[in-house]
Amino acid sequence: MSLIRLEKITRRYQMGGETIHALREVSLTIARGEYVAIMGPSGSGKSTLMNLIGCLDTPTSGSYHLNGADVSDMDDNELAEVRNREIGFVFQTFNLLARSNALHNVELPLIYAGIDTDERRRVALEAIESVGLTDRMHHKPNELSGGQRQRVAVARALVNKPSILLADEPTGNLDSRTGEEIMALFEQLSRSGNTIIVVTHEEDIARHARRILRIRDGLIASDEVQGRS
Amino acid sequence: MKAKRTTLLLGELRESLAMALHAIAAHKLRSALTLLGVLIGVFSIIVVMTALRVMQNNIESSLSELGINSFMIRKHPMMSFGGVDWEKVARRKDITLAMGRKLAEQASQPQSIGIETMFWGGQVETRLGQSAPTVQVFGETPGSFPSRNWVIADGRAITEADVDSSRDVVVLGAALAETVFPLGSPLGEKVKLNGLNYTVVGVLASKGASRSDNQDNVAIVPLTTGLSRFGRWNRSLNILVQAKDRSSFESTMDEVRGAMRVIRKTPPGEPDDFEIISNDSLIAQFNQFTRVVRIGIAGVSSIALIAAGIGIMNIMLVSVTERTREIGIRRAVGAKKRNIMTQFILEAIMLCELGGMVGVVLGIIGGNATALFLRLPTVIPVDWAIIGLLICSVVGIIFGTYPAWKAANLDPIDSLRYE
Ligand SMILES: Nc1ncnc2c1ncn2[C@@H]1O[C@H](COP(=O)(O)OP(=O)(O)O)[C@@H](O)[C@H]1O
Ligand SMILES: [Mg+2]
Repeated sequence: MSLIRLEKITRRYQMGGETIHALREVSLTIARGEYVAIMGPSGSGKSTLMNLIGCLDTPTSGSYHLNGADVSDMDDNELAEVRNREIGFVFQTFNLLARSNALHNVELPLIYAGIDTDERRRVALEAIESVGLTDRMHHKPNELSGGQRQRVAVARALVNKPSILLADEPTGNLDSRTGEEIMALFEQLSRSGNTIIVVTHEEDIARHARRILRIRDGLIASDEVQGRS
Repeated sequence: MKAKRTTLLLGELRESLAMALHAIAAHKLRSALTLLGVLIGVFSIIVVMTALRVMQNNIESSLSELGINSFMIRKHPMMSFGGVDWEKVARRKDITLAMGRKLAEQASQPQSIGIETMFWGGQVETRLGQSAPTVQVFGETPGSFPSRNWVIADGRAITEADVDSSRDVVVLGAALAETVFPLGSPLGEKVKLNGLNYTVVGVLASKGASRSDNQDNVAIVPLTTGLSRFGRWNRSLNILVQAKDRSSFESTMDEVRGAMRVIRKTPPGEPDDFEIISNDSLIAQFNQFTRVVRIGIAGVSSIALIAAGIGIMNIMLVSVTERTREIGIRRAVGAKKRNIMTQFILEAIMLCELGGMVGVVLGIIGGNATALFLRLPTVIPVDWAIIGLLICSVVGIIFGTYPAWKAANLDPIDSLRYE
């Protein structure tokens, strides 16, 4: 059974009197354990697709099944629960709480999951350790380098043991060497069984993935599985 | 499931409090200015309620000072509960010993009539020791004792003869006798009041552990002795009247009032140029006074709190805008609208409570300043402190709800992109 199944997903935006078709009847399935890169020019609908898969947004029409559950007719509370349980987000701009230290940032999803303090601390420490930032866990985001911030974000995304890790241009704000480090981390996560979807417009980055999905004007232009090189 | 919900709530609460503290600490001046309104609103409630309670205690102790079926005639009102024309009061003739004696001759209904004044407060010395400097020295005639509820425990009371010949004798209150003569009987001993010696002829029975122990900390000398020792100039006396029983109380008061008007030559049609104070009149006056004050303070503090609430709402709206991205992040990792709502309402409550707590503390201190000023026991009105803090929470909830609702309904995706 596929982990993600999109059927004829359409997402339109109304801008003034104009209708923008960000996604046009996109159908797509992704299985558990896949590592997918989504590529395409700016404005082609990549982020829109990620937000829909991540349950931050709902489609204008079409159906979306995640883990067998029909997400397209869930209400706001249920979507929040799905995001909390099933989804780990990594953003281009890190999106960490500026006033909180790394450890607290990583703990955040666990707070909303209702995990008690001791367990929360233990799990968060584990996640921080898995991205190699144990010695920086009491630092605030502005005391960390870009690469370290993105590691904190990855730890936060993984802390709830989600079904999918979604990363929207995770290396966009990093220099190429740090970007490579983050991609190496993703590769390692993929090898240990995580399902990962990465949006990028760099071919180098996309080469890490097994499957490359190209989007153009809200449509899937190509969907290819590549052998390991 | 239930346990999980509790941990969720606890975690959420702690998270909200921590964030609220962060936010308040990050904008100290802004927060302080916002808090000022709440502080003033709560302060005004607490300071007035504390002061009222102080006065209420005083009223209660004045009430228990007056014996059963007794009333008092004074030049001045007991306390200024508002509505007193002080200039007019100041122009009133003093009540003199002669007036009191005339009244005692003319009025037929009273059981007893006493004449008294408080002469001096200070330290009493004996060969054995010293009292605290808070002893009150009264000058009395024998008729005062029943109206004052004074019962002789040992020795005798002040007699007519003491008054007539201005003898240097004194009756001690129970507590005072205890402190200055801890061992033997004080009868026949000398005590020094304001530098002069008096012989102890009696000791009063204790009035019991009432809330002001002042009542047992008294020294009573013959009125005439006091007048010559402490001076008569500019001194208005009080007249204490005890009616025979409850049923004749009103008519006794009427008779005494009429007789006093004649004695003082009050022109017909003019209001009394003296005050008649009874437990009933004191209670009525005090209640009237507190009602006016309560209404006044309710008005003032409501306005202050509404103004403060609007300030809080404004600052919370600013805070929501500033923290749009934070809200987006929380929503992305699984916070529900309800969680965001709770967080911001808690923050508003915290903000209010911070101001409220300072207001309560300052209010209690300020209210007790009246206690110090009037030399009355201090009070801590726990109930009003709690009410004050509850009001703060209500203000926080009322004015925090709209900003919190706005925060909760921000679009997560837009929030995440917000610069
Ligand atoms: N909130 C929005 N309101 C209106 N138009 C939007 C909104 N979000 C995205 N779009 C439009 O949808 C299209 C796809 O956007 P997006 O998915 O962000 O592209 P990408 O991530 O591939 O650069 C673009 O034309 C963009 O302008
Ligand atoms: Mg994008």
